[in-house]
Amino acid sequence: MRAPSSDLPLMFVDASIVVHDVTILDRITLTVTSGAPTILIGPNGSGKTTLLRAAMGLVPLSAGRITWGMRDTDTPPKRAIMFQRPTMLRRSAVANVCYALAVANIPRMQRRERAAELLALVGLSEFESRPARRLSGGEQQRLALARALARDPTVLFLDEPTASLDPYSTKSIEDIIRAVSARGVKVMMSTHDIGQARRLAGDVVLLHRGRLIENTPAAQFFTTPHTKEARKFITGELLV
Amino acid sequence: MSNHMTALQLVLTGDPGLFAIVQLSLLVSLSAVLCAALVGVPFGALLALMRFPGREAIIIILNALMGLPPVVAGLAIFLLLSRSGPLGSWGILFTPQAMVIAQTVLVAPIIAALTRQTIEDLWVEYRDELAAMDVGPVRRVVTLIWDARFSLVTALLAGFGRAAAEVGAIIIVGGNIEGFTRTMTTAIALETSKGDLALAVGLGLVLIAIVVVINALAWGMRHAGQRYAG
Repeated sequence: MRAPSSDLPLMFVDASIVVHDVTILDRITLTVTSGAPTILIGPNGSGKTTLLRAAMGLVPLSAGRITWGMRDTDTPPKRAIMFQRPTMLRRSAVANVCYALAVANIPRMQRRERAAELLALVGLSEFESRPARRLSGGEQQRLALARALARDPTVLFLDEPTASLDPYSTKSIEDIIRAVSARGVKVMMSTHDIGQARRLAGDVVLLHRGRLIENTPAAQFFTTPHTKEARKFITGELLV
Repeated sequence: MSNHMTALQLVLTGDPGLFAIVQLSLLVSLSAVLCAALVGVPFGALLALMRFPGREAIIIILNALMGLPPVVAGLAIFLLLSRSGPLGSWGILFTPQAMVIAQTVLVAPIIAALTRQTIEDLWVEYRDELAAMDVGPVRRVVTLIWDARFSLVTALLAGFGRAAAEVGAIIIVGGNIEGFTRTMTTAIALETSKGDLALAVGLGLVLIAIVVVINALAWGMRHAGQRYAG
């Protein structure tokens, strides 16, 4: 268990992103606190990926702001992201993790040991010396998780971590997410899998056309949602 | 037919004159590729990653320089190194060093241009991950060069091919002095004009064989490496 971090809560305040006159995020106001994973749901193009990328600092806001731990962000927050389609470096599995550790300024002497721990956590110990790009889709996804965790993040963003994975791989990713979350890492992830949202969510954020429709605790979201969009979503109707 | 027989005999008997010529050719061309790589790879990588006004003009010039006529490069280096030239005091005109310089000038644009393209393609793929990991600019360049290493072998091979094949530059700055600056290509040109076709054909065969062997080695290295690193 880690001590409550000064990086949380993560707050979006009227955060908007407009690119070439297209509004991708529309005045999002959202507070992400520590605890069980925050799950982002919503149709394609609703802004889930952009919200995660903005929180990661990869896309600038057009308006509004993002704050970490109620402070002005002169110290960068400890955050990491796993993209929907992660890019493996052209190196072995363990070298991919060691690279992330090196970038995170972990002393050389400790890297091998840390990397071995991380690979064990994601169940890839036996593939340590395998070229990362020769691993299967599910294995690459787990390696990407290990690499993201190498940064020892307070907040871990996951963009559809199990999209296009089979049930077995999906389960192993979900198990890792649960383990990581139980250790006190705040997970914020997007998914199209409503069953996965039910299994993992502490709270649910529903986005639609760049706007935040609803943000409620999971128990409430899946039983008595506030909005008709959320009702449509959980009953399996198509929200378009 | 008799020409071919004599050529083959020269090769098979390991004629010492022939051996010296082959050795110098390899030494000059490989040194030039090494020098050109030390300049061209980092330059190409920086050009791939940096955005500044005039960048596109540099890329166009670089691509155009890939077709720089060897005699023109040779002439330029000749003027620089000749007694009255700005670098005349070095006194290296008509030496192997001058030949290395001339071939470096020919090869560096090829390596830089191909590196630029390779690194730029890889950067598109790696940009998000490296940005998410907060990888600084210097480490970015090093990472991309390292991860592109097997593709960059092709750039080095292209450079070596050019160096090994050209005659125009080294004949001007080297002078084709027997036992000192005579290489395979300059010797072939000379022997052909003298009418000694046997030696010319023998050298031609050796030259082709060497280029094939070096390409085969690089191919093997690249594939062994890719199997290891993905």
